[in-house]
Amino acid sequence: MAYVIPKENFSGKVLEMTLGAGDKAAVVGGGSALPFHSFEGEGSTRPLIALEIQDVPPSDWPDEVKKQYSSVSDDPAGWAKYCQNDLGAKAVALRLVGTHPDRENRSVEDAVGTVKAVLDAVDVPLIILGSNHVEKDSQVLVAAAEAASGKNCVIGKAQEANYKTIVAAALANNHKLIAMSELDINLAKQLNILIGQMGFSSDRVLTDPMCSALGYGLEYTYSVMERIRLAALAQNDTTMQPPIVGDVGMYVWKIKEVMAPETDLPEWGAIEERGIAWESITATSLMVAGVNLLIMRHPKAVEGVNKTLDELT
Amino acid sequence: MALTGVQIFKLLPKTNCKKCGFPTCLAFAMKLAQRQAEISACPDVSEEAKATLGDASAPPVRGIMLGTGDKSVKMGEENVMFRHEKKFVNPCAIALNLSDTLSDDDLAARAVEVAASEIDRVGQKLRVDAVSVEFASGDAGKYADAVKLVADKAPEAAIILNCTDPQAVEAAVKVVAARKPMIYGADEGNLDAMVALAKEHKLILGVSADGIEAVMDLTRKAKEAGVDDIVIDTGAKTAKDIIEHNTQIRRSAIKKGVKELGYPVINNCMRDDTMVEANVAAVAIAKYASIILLNHIERWKNLALFTLRQNIYTDPQVPMQVPQKVYEISDPAADAPLLITTNFSLTYFIVAGEVENSKVPTRLAVMDCEGLSVLTAWAAGKFTANKIAQFINETEDFNAVSHKELVIPGQVAILSGALEDKLPGWKITVGPREANGLPAFLKNKTA
Repeated sequence: MAYVIPKENFSGKVLEMTLGAGDKAAVVGGGSALPFHSFEGEGSTRPLIALEIQDVPPSDWPDEVKKQYSSVSDDPAGWAKYCQNDLGAKAVALRLVGTHPDRENRSVEDAVGTVKAVLDAVDVPLIILGSNHVEKDSQVLVAAAEAASGKNCVIGKAQEANYKTIVAAALANNHKLIAMSELDINLAKQLNILIGQMGFSSDRVLTDPMCSALGYGLEYTYSVMERIRLAALAQNDTTMQPPIVGDVGMYVWKIKEVMAPETDLPEWGAIEERGIAWESITATSLMVAGVNLLIMRHPKAVEGVNKTLDELT
Repeated sequence: MALTGVQIFKLLPKTNCKKCGFPTCLAFAMKLAQRQAEISACPDVSEEAKATLGDASAPPVRGIMLGTGDKSVKMGEENVMFRHEKKFVNPCAIALNLSDTLSDDDLAARAVEVAASEIDRVGQKLRVDAVSVEFASGDAGKYADAVKLVADKAPEAAIILNCTDPQAVEAAVKVVAARKPMIYGADEGNLDAMVALAKEHKLILGVSADGIEAVMDLTRKAKEAGVDDIVIDTGAKTAKDIIEHNTQIRRSAIKKGVKELGYPVINNCMRDDTMVEANVAAVAIAKYASIILLNHIERWKNLALFTLRQNIYTDPQVPMQVPQKVYEISDPAADAPLLITTNFSLTYFIVAGEVENSKVPTRLAVMDCEGLSVLTAWAAGKFTANKIAQFINETEDFNAVSHKELVIPGQVAILSGALEDKLPGWKITVGPREANGLPAFLKNKTA
């Protein structure tokens, strides 16, 4: 019996969009096959990896990743430039964590100043993230979106509790938008519908179904992402067709496995490689599930993922 | 192809004798259709029906035991493409590959790495399951010696004979026959000799070819020659090949009923760059590999790959649980804060992680709620004032605590009044609704 390749041809697709402006603009998403299934159709473009920077020194990052940026992390613009010019980052994600009331509680004006400085420093696409404080984000991100008008940034994250103001700001200033819900495909769908009802076109939305680290609920994120991709392709569900975001770094670089020294837990092996592997395997697994845009922290984890992508694409 | 319950029912005696343990033949037929019963449970079924049903009820991917003894692992028996549909059944075996050209000291040391690889995670003992010895020396005697040495130093690991020379395989099989080594090296050129060895010693036969169509030809011939336990190697060279080949094989087996591809798959994930090897292994674990071969098994890599394998093979319908007890975080003194939560592993991990991040020494009491999260457990009546009070009163671990203040999750703030009634002398404090509020809460509390 001759072998017949069991192909599945889908009617749906993943929406394709351009992030950033100018020569360094990048395309994410696209395609109509499951991730890395090129035997049956064209897949999405190579996932884009953004290196994360912050508006304040990363005092809460574990040493193994903090020390990678010790010479630049007190200046967001210098940090961004280092990521682009020295580390070759294809995108930068600025997290305005210092605006959180429990952190430095930086003002909206200070945040705007940081956004402008970072935009002046780099020309790769910029992702502007809030501090995940629902009320403060709706002030900070609105001002940040205005300050970055015309730069085709990604603004996030809009959640059910604050999406209206953030969507309006992204709409008015021509940005892309990250819509985040909590590990549930129905919530992800519902939020995308609500955003669509505000007149925000779905080809400008990226879905963040909430990330988790390896060993800390990765299987939930993995399966929600797989289900979103299947809904987009097999069921041609247009609300599930935006590219998927994996905010990997912040979920990985706070768990015990990236912080416990080898002297305490010799059976866990070298801490440096352990942390890098944790971030890189989390990211790799989620790419297999369908991620289009990754936000990561450790340069060597990014390097590992990029080398793996060379084999995958 | 699978039969429906009604189709199966027509082949049964229809006596409703109950000897199978089910009340009627129809009920038994339904269980057979769901693969939750075995046809052998019916003593009266005809041989003809048994043959038909045996074929139809055989799992689409053959189940095969790798290795011997307590640490042997089952492969295959998978039924679905995606883990949200149904649990992935038998986790991928991880194997270290060693060349027989290594010195005896190196071989022994690397085999000991396998023997000492066990790590406990969430109550499961996880380890490198197998060691593969690759025939590179060209000397059958040297190969057998290397296999013997490795098998002795890794006494519980499954042995894989990664060798395309039938004479060398035969020499090695003789020295480790009791370990039931897997022969991994049958190809187009040596199939007859390898089949003969596998049959004679009742061993698993790994067959290799370049691509799926070529390997199908070999699995069919091996099966026709009388080998049942087969493992497939399509020569996948890149991570992309691994996804594409493994996906096509799984789909062909479970959706198209292609029997020649209804076997577990082995993938070579060996890379010079150990971080890339870890990532490629992750791709193979996520995408249907039953055995992966590695060059390096550093402890950090083992921990990460074991964890991924555990995550991917978790039952999506049964929550992971941690044992009920009072967990001490950051070496708490007698007056350290005392929190309570449920034993859903994700809840525990997230809460414990945030407590660790706070750097505030704390006791975290984890109560058995059958693996449900806080709100779900409360709604299901498993995390109620009565049950929490009973847990607090019966747990001896509280002897080390010098105070009587219990912090409950903010999502069940509604329980605080009832709990104070049930626990006279205790002060009940309502904590944050989300775990990420814990660092600020704990710092504030102990400031």
